[in-house]
Amino acid sequence: MIMGLYNYWVVVVLMMIGFYIVIAHGNLIKKIVGLSIFQTSVFIFYISMAKVDGGTAPILAEGITQYSNPLPHVLILTAIVVGIATTALGLALAVRIKEAYGTIEEDEIQEKDNLDC
Amino acid sequence: MVATAIAIVKMKDLFAIIMLLGIYSLLSACFFVAMDAVDVAFTEAAVGAGISTLLMLVAITMTGRVENPSRHKPALALFVVVVTGSLLIYGTLDMPYFGLAQDPVHLHVAPRYINDSMQEIGVPNIVTSVLASYRAFDTFGEVVVIFTAGMGVLALLSVVRHPKDVAIDNSKIDAFNKCMHEEHLILRIVAKVLIPFILLFALYVQFHGDYGPGGGFQAGVIFAAAIILYTMLFGMNTARRVINQSATQLFAAVGVLLYGSVGVISLLEGKNFLDYSALSADPIAGQHLGILLIELGVGITVTAVMVIIFFNFAGRRNDQQNKENNDL
Repeated sequence: MIMGLYNYWVVVVLMMIGFYIVIAHGNLIKKIVGLSIFQTSVFIFYISMAKVDGGTAPILAEGITQYSNPLPHVLILTAIVVGIATTALGLALAVRIKEAYGTIEEDEIQEKDNLDC
Repeated sequence: MVATAIAIVKMKDLFAIIMLLGIYSLLSACFFVAMDAVDVAFTEAAVGAGISTLLMLVAITMTGRVENPSRHKPALALFVVVVTGSLLIYGTLDMPYFGLAQDPVHLHVAPRYINDSMQEIGVPNIVTSVLASYRAFDTFGEVVVIFTAGMGVLALLSVVRHPKDVAIDNSKIDAFNKCMHEEHLILRIVAKVLIPFILLFALYVQFHGDYGPGGGFQAGVIFAAAIILYTMLFGMNTARRVINQSATQLFAAVGVLLYGSVGVISLLEGKNFLDYSALSADPIAGQHLGILLIELGVGITVTAVMVIIFFNFAGRRNDQQNKENNDL
């Protein structure tokens, strides 16, 4: 029972670590790091679902009858590349915010905004 | 992996955090290999441990590397996280067990892919045939997302360069090339030897994707990594002279167009969008041709977008430094 669900618990722990970074830290770069930990935990969730005991990698070959499920692999493969593209967009926004406000700490940005009003 | 993630929470130095994130990605790539997902592991190793670490490093050179120690209500955040986490763990109690062949996820479409893809597509790597043929429409959407992200970075960070600057740059490059023999000599020579092989390996990954792990996404990232390596060692200005910026942008669009036009051709032939059997009299040959073409489109777009993103980050940093020097 415990071994059967172990993979999901690792995913939940990683996901919550990422979530904690996103809500508790003020630094925008650190938030992006938190988001990528969260994202990787979802990847691990999908890939661990695709595993079949005794299966091999889904490349057809003679004499193999049991393959792991290829569909989650496809979904996650593209998700990784899309993930890096969106991360790059987030970093670009952080750089622009740094140029406009001189800081990437959330509370300092908020203070500067309040002063302007 | 969990230990690395916890260390990331505790650290304040962003440089160390990013290095840890790279290690975390590499560990998850190893995990993917253990889970039989070779294609995914390949991508994660190239993207997570390679390109994303680099991009984040370039970003912190512009934003500063020390994090402010203050937190927003850490107790409340921890409470929210613990509650959500325990709810999720409670939810997993009903989940099917790990690794059983009769889990619901393995019963629906996967058997068709595993049993019939050899007759229908004729490509041994099931991941490639699902990616490029059964779910080609989906992959097309993802390529467009990557293209859009590249354009977004371009819009946010691009720098307009005057011809005068370019002339100054060119004289700088000549001076730079002269003194280059003294600085980082070993790195440069090793890189010069390695880069052709990296490019060749990328092409192998691109065209061997039908038979082994690989394909357009991975090949694009590896190809871009070779160009970025060159840029880091020989300087931004030299690289700008070798790789034309507007040509890169054109290539990003050409990749998407190539993918889309394969779909349009099959429409004109009277079949469904992206139905490759329209491309040739023999359906299997048509599938091979179609997969080859769209993987090429994916590879071109991914390479071009990664190079655009890196050039814009690094170019902006160079300009900032120049400005600071001028102010002094």
